[in-house]
Amino acid sequence: MMSVTESAVAAVGVSKHFGATTALSDVTMRIAPGETHALVGRNGAGKSTLVSLLTGLHRPDGGEIRFGGEPAPPAADRGAWRRRVACVFQRSTIIPTLTVAENLFLNRQSEGGPIRWGALRRRAGQLLEEYGVGVDPGAPAADLGVEQRQLVEIARALSQGARFIILDEPTARLDAAAIDRLFARLRGLAASGVTMLFISHHLQEVYTVCDTVTVLRDARWILTRPVADIGHDDLVAAMTGEAVGLTDVARRPPRDASVPAALRIDGLALDGAYEPLTLEVKAGEIVGVTGSGSSGKVSLAETVGGLRRASAGTVSVGGATVGAGVPAALRAGIGLVPQDRHREGLVPLLSVGENATMPIADRLGPAGMILPGRRRAAAQAAIERYDIRTEGPDAPVASLSGGNAQKVVLARATAREPKVLVLINPTAGVDVRSKESLLGAVRAAADAGTGVLMVSDELDDLRHCDRVLVMFHGRVTTELQAGWSDTEVVAAVEGVSA
Amino acid sequence: MTTTVTAPAPTRRAVPLARLRDLALVPAIVALLVVGALIDPVFLSRANLVNVLQQQTELSLLVLGETLILIGGRFDLSLESTVGLAPALGVALVIPAASHGIGTEWATALAVPICLLVGILIGALNGVLILRFGLSAFIVTLGMLITLRGVQIGITGGQSLFDLPPSVTYLGNTIWLGVPLSVWLCVVVFAAGIAALGWFRQGRAVYAIGGNADAARAAGIRTDRVMYVVFMIAGLLAALAGLLMAGRLGSIASNQGSQMIFQVFAAAVIGGVSMNGGKGTLFGALCGVLVLGLVSNILTLAGVSAQWIQAVYGLVILVALVLARLTTGKSQDS
Repeated sequence: MMSVTESAVAAVGVSKHFGATTALSDVTMRIAPGETHALVGRNGAGKSTLVSLLTGLHRPDGGEIRFGGEPAPPAADRGAWRRRVACVFQRSTIIPTLTVAENLFLNRQSEGGPIRWGALRRRAGQLLEEYGVGVDPGAPAADLGVEQRQLVEIARALSQGARFIILDEPTARLDAAAIDRLFARLRGLAASGVTMLFISHHLQEVYTVCDTVTVLRDARWILTRPVADIGHDDLVAAMTGEAVGLTDVARRPPRDASVPAALRIDGLALDGAYEPLTLEVKAGEIVGVTGSGSSGKVSLAETVGGLRRASAGTVSVGGATVGAGVPAALRAGIGLVPQDRHREGLVPLLSVGENATMPIADRLGPAGMILPGRRRAAAQAAIERYDIRTEGPDAPVASLSGGNAQKVVLARATAREPKVLVLINPTAGVDVRSKESLLGAVRAAADAGTGVLMVSDELDDLRHCDRVLVMFHGRVTTELQAGWSDTEVVAAVEGVSA
Repeated sequence: MTTTVTAPAPTRRAVPLARLRDLALVPAIVALLVVGALIDPVFLSRANLVNVLQQQTELSLLVLGETLILIGGRFDLSLESTVGLAPALGVALVIPAASHGIGTEWATALAVPICLLVGILIGALNGVLILRFGLSAFIVTLGMLITLRGVQIGITGGQSLFDLPPSVTYLGNTIWLGVPLSVWLCVVVFAAGIAALGWFRQGRAVYAIGGNADAARAAGIRTDRVMYVVFMIAGLLAALAGLLMAGRLGSIASNQGSQMIFQVFAAAVIGGVSMNGGKGTLFGALCGVLVLGLVSNILTLAGVSAQWIQAVYGLVILVALVLARLTTGKSQDS
């Protein structure tokens, strides 16, 4: 039985609000010394918020964080936090312009006097050797690969005296062999008494390296169990919970086998993102693609949309091969709703009308001229068609709510009546009503004969698809026809068989 | 820990190469010396070389300050105006109104301390605007460049200040052991700077901030505090450069230091300092200064007409930038 004093780390009844959003609500998690504890949950479940509380980046609004039975140090005392907890983030905190040795001892290169570089390199060499990291301490950190950087970060964390390490999706950017090496290392660390919190989207990894698992869902604690006592199905069920939201979706009529393919992807591959993949989307069909953050699904959609250049294979629309780049994709009739509407989707300072009509600017007047009247008319039509709530075509697009801004992006993607529509997380961060009208518009486009490729994390989006492909580490591992259950999808995403 | 799983060793790129990059300009300097000697025998004379060095002392101090800021990932265009304003204000406060002073006639011993203090304050003000208020360094320091110059013209009525107290002219026109004191001063300041950046935590912190500010913060470096100090040091060095120039020329013109900033950036970039922060050395920057000084001197000796010298000098700097880009193979900005 664990008590507060025995826990190496404990979050006791912690809550955190960001404005009106509840990011964590009364979550309690205790981690025993030397334990490897997994933290799982779907996107938005509150994992990163809990990590930010455990590392002292944020203070809990309610409850408290304790280390070894003692209250957490004050937020300003970063040194004290660093001695208690170290976090290996997905984003590297290695400084590429400095050497490995200096990165290891950053801001503690010497005890006040001048730095003795020879001694520093030797200390770094010993440290790397101690943790079995085969890296030259004198090499610039920029030369390290992802795996080596991660190992250097782990070694640095341990050398600062922290006996508790948080690993935030450490396998996301590693290949299979590197993952095995990392796991061997983690087991060695656990054996030497290091306590670890392991965050992963791949449940298989949780079973491989962790002792205990905690599940968060919708900002709440759901369960904490030894991994040996919980089966895959129960774990997935704990993560999904009861299905909420738009579960009732009208089935789409089946398509005739003779319908021609709108989009054909042939052996398409992008090094480091996904492996050669062949796929056909028929005219009027909606094909969903899902998978975890490192599955390559977004890169796939971005390649088809022309944002990335494939390393192999071809994309063809209506039988004609599409060249590289966005203009070629647009000419071929591919409309793209990009992943980040703020970065790639919209120009926030321009008006709704200008954003919505950007791809058809050449049709709004002779010789490159844009006639304001024609643009207004085209924009007004888009506003009505997609039910965009705005003061009018001249309102700045930045004034719109997330859902309505996304409708503008969709209007823009469909402005040229594309033969193929590629969507990336089209309903991320939008309210339920907008979600309905967005998905309705996508269905309407498909009914009119557009082939739709929809990449999404949201089960609600995928329910509208005729079939769903699940990608895992760059490959399509599962194909589900409409009528799948939530558990089937989540299990495939997490890399376990349901 | 006894696990012996090893990741594949990194491709061992020759580390010495990185150090050699520091010396990349040495052959260029040697080549310029040879070219200079061929063009005019006067070039290699002791008097001429000492002259070249002394002329570059002011630029080199500015380049030192700017390099610190660039390594920290920021930049400052206003240094050239500090070169004029700081000594002008120091002098104007102590000389009589008849010599275009303000009329306060403070003790003349205060001129140099005031000058240096003004430099530090200007650096601090730049720091506040850029770090505290998060304004764009480009437009803030461009604004400061114009404002500071305007303040100097306002104070002096646009006149040159001739009536300089001896303490102000001392640094710029004293000779020790046959070499101008200003050259000795630069040697000392650069040695101190190289030591601080190479062997002290505070100096290494500047590299860390420019390389990845978030990572530096995560390692416990007080990034803003370090950069405040860097801006203030740069202001101080600019004021010092102003003193040297005033002493060398025996007066403070209302446009003292004007148009130096292009050379400052050119010397730093030619010397291998990255505009993106985190990369570069003071030794490299110093080599950049010497290259510019030799080029300018050779152009004069070669008798390039006064009307064309600016165009040729600018062109040579542009070519040097292209060569630096080609030899390092890295984009200098973006």
